[in-house]
Amino acid sequence: MSDANSRIDEIVKNNQVVLFMKGTPLFPQCGFSSRAITILEHLGTPFESVDVLQDPEIRQGIKEYSDWPTIPQLYVNGEFVGGSDIMLEMFQSGELQQLVGAPASETGA
Amino acid sequence: MPMAASEIERLIREAIPDADVTIRDLAGDGDHYAARVVSRAFAGMPRVRQHQLVYRALGGRMGGELHALQLETAAPSGE
Repeated sequence: MSDANSRIDEIVKNNQVVLFMKGTPLFPQCGFSSRAITILEHLGTPFESVDVLQDPEIRQGIKEYSDWPTIPQLYVNGEFVGGSDIMLEMFQSGELQQLVGAPASETGA
Repeated sequence: MPMAASEIERLIREAIPDADVTIRDLAGDGDHYAARVVSRAFAGMPRVRQHQLVYRALGGRMGGELHALQLETAAPSGE
């Protein structure tokens, strides 16, 4: 396992909900990351975020870790969930609320 | 380097022959697209796998020369 890979693995395993994104929750640097943050804030669940722009090794490594070419990437309970498109679909169907143990909002269902 | 919608569609169809592909150019700049791909290949497959199949069809372009592709995948309904 490469260094980046084991670092990513540690982050994913040690945080129940973690988003790898471009920028920070307050200042997302990409529309897709911004959309992912909006969804997580709607869920109201605590989450960790990792700014891949601050770490080229993680930025490249995360794509190999999940075999997923784009960022943002959401991980819940150590499992890769998807990018912002999948997050939105799962939020709209109520699956994401279920996954993170948040109450399903009436508007989100 | 922007990518033509027809090229995206061609690559997806090449890898997933029965795919019904609908592409919208979101910003009119040849760089921000939304694609909806419907194929029997997706039936019973988790969403992550469905999207991976499409990304794989696009070769290494996703995240590189193709920055913004909103993706929606589904199996055909009413079979």
